[in-house]
Amino acid sequence: MTVAVERPAAPSGDDRGRRPGLITRLKSGYQKHWYAYAMIAPVVVVLAVIVLYPLVRGFYLTLTDATSLNSARTIGVNHIDATYKFIGLDNYADILWGPTAYDRFWSHFIWTIVWTAACVALHYGLGLGLALLLNQKGLRGRTAYRMMLILPWAVPTFVTVFAWRFMLADAGVVNTTLDALGMPSPAWLEDPLFQQIAAIMVNTWCGVPFMMVSLLGGLQSIDSTLYEAAEMDGANAWQQFRNVTLPGLRSVSSTVVLLGVIWTFNQFAIIFLLFGNTAPDAQILVTWAYYLGFGQTPRDYAQSATYGVLLLSLLIVFTSVYRRWLNRNDVQAAI
Amino acid sequence: MSTQTLSTSPALDPVETSVPRNAPRRGRRSRGVSVATHAVLVVASLVALFPIGWLVFLSLGPGKDDYLHPSRILDTATLSNYSFVLEHTNFLKWLGNTLIVSLGTTVIGVLVAATSGYAVSRMRFPGYKKFMWVLLITQMFPIAVLMVPMYVILSDLRLIDTYAALILVYLTTAVPYCAWLMKGYFDTIPVEIDEAGRVDGLSPFGTFFRLILPLARPGLAVAGFYTMITAWSEVAFATTFMLDDQKYTLAVGLQSFVSQHDAQRQYMAATAVLIAIPISAVFYLVQKNLVTGLTAGGTKG
Repeated sequence: MTVAVERPAAPSGDDRGRRPGLITRLKSGYQKHWYAYAMIAPVVVVLAVIVLYPLVRGFYLTLTDATSLNSARTIGVNHIDATYKFIGLDNYADILWGPTAYDRFWSHFIWTIVWTAACVALHYGLGLGLALLLNQKGLRGRTAYRMMLILPWAVPTFVTVFAWRFMLADAGVVNTTLDALGMPSPAWLEDPLFQQIAAIMVNTWCGVPFMMVSLLGGLQSIDSTLYEAAEMDGANAWQQFRNVTLPGLRSVSSTVVLLGVIWTFNQFAIIFLLFGNTAPDAQILVTWAYYLGFGQTPRDYAQSATYGVLLLSLLIVFTSVYRRWLNRNDVQAAI
Repeated sequence: MSTQTLSTSPALDPVETSVPRNAPRRGRRSRGVSVATHAVLVVASLVALFPIGWLVFLSLGPGKDDYLHPSRILDTATLSNYSFVLEHTNFLKWLGNTLIVSLGTTVIGVLVAATSGYAVSRMRFPGYKKFMWVLLITQMFPIAVLMVPMYVILSDLRLIDTYAALILVYLTTAVPYCAWLMKGYFDTIPVEIDEAGRVDGLSPFGTFFRLILPLARPGLAVAGFYTMITAWSEVAFATTFMLDDQKYTLAVGLQSFVSQHDAQRQYMAATAVLIAIPISAVFYLVQKNLVTGLTAGGTKG
């Protein structure tokens, strides 16, 4: 049992001399690393059973015409076998450039991009602003402010969305206030454009605390002597921010932005709970796919899964590009 | 450039005067900046608090349309909605279900995330890079592609309508992120501690459980909190996998109020407040650790 704690990728002894046979290598690899494998085994097993297998099956579904009408199901005591058949890539072709593809896919695609970009920008911008304010030296009441500002994160999303529905309702408090101030009071939950604005608003409200707390931690980890040096050099506040704060936050930022993009892109709960099925124009791809697979009859499993696979590929492409871009700029992200 | 200004030589002065007059100085910010800071923070705090405060306020109103006439509530405020929800609905049953599911997920999830986080932090085993990549990609899986096949698997395993099904599913969402987070946290703990443990004759697992885990408490708190809130507030899977209304979690239960009591929003508001209280309490218990725990994962690659 030659397990040792190794920090960097230590050159293994196997590389010297003749390369041993496969079995030997597996065996020595197992002896050397068995407890690393034992430690990750639970995660690997669970992910393989509950994620990998469904993913493979889900991918297979995209190549068929499965709906709730032709899938295997049990009605009372009768078991009906699945009758759906393999149709190759027709689902993908249909979604991407079939008739009315714009209404079914591209409009949701564009809205998803807008939604993700707007939400992540707002999350990050507001989060960074608040973190900078909270991080000032000698700020009074910092703890109290922080406690209040992270409240949106502490309360479950479905509760806050529910509260927002009350507030955004036709004669709810938001519109009453706008009315009183002499401003127009839009139909937040009905008008397509304002549905989108409302969705972004609610998601921003929910997502800022995570960014704020992460960035606050990042700010606190910046060495304070760097600021002192910058001040010595006569850097003004803006220059200090540009040249000390931002570079110091780079690795935190690159991680939280990536997570933010992934989470916002797949943000299901907010739009689903805010509008239910009443807002075809405000559905991002995830909620739209859920609607196809579960919100309508007959349920279109194949198309829904196809949307899912398209979504996943988009995210993987984005992440690879992002990672390459980070590496080129020499940023150590936690990926 | 810095050599000239290192000491308090006269060379510093021209630079000093070129700095805008209102530039905030560390330690002695001008009054205006301070007022502006507090103004912004107060407004932001109000925005953060208002929806929740409003919900609490509305939950005191006895009528179902009181949310449209908030001024009415001031005179008629009552806790009757709460007693109704507690006595005449399945709330307590759902609360029990939610507790079982979220505590189960938290305990298993944190343990599993900590071991795998430790493994990737300390050991460079073959497949290490791939494993990290898988953890990241798992977070990208849209529910739409997984829902149907997961349902099929869980019903094959006869797990539909059981707590185990939800716990398993939530583990797959929470553990990848937590393992990532824990890896970052373990990276900040010096390797020398492990080595000292090994020298003293502890087994690898002994080192992990007796030396490292106690040191990683802030990281564990954050991971535990993240897992718990994931399980507590998840809606889509719970709606699909829990069909029996005796097995609903609170997230599903709240939805069922819509059809059950059609427009009786006052009960929904009261229920929502009751749901938010326990998890927010947990949140404030761990919030001291949030800053350190979260960022360790971000700053150290």
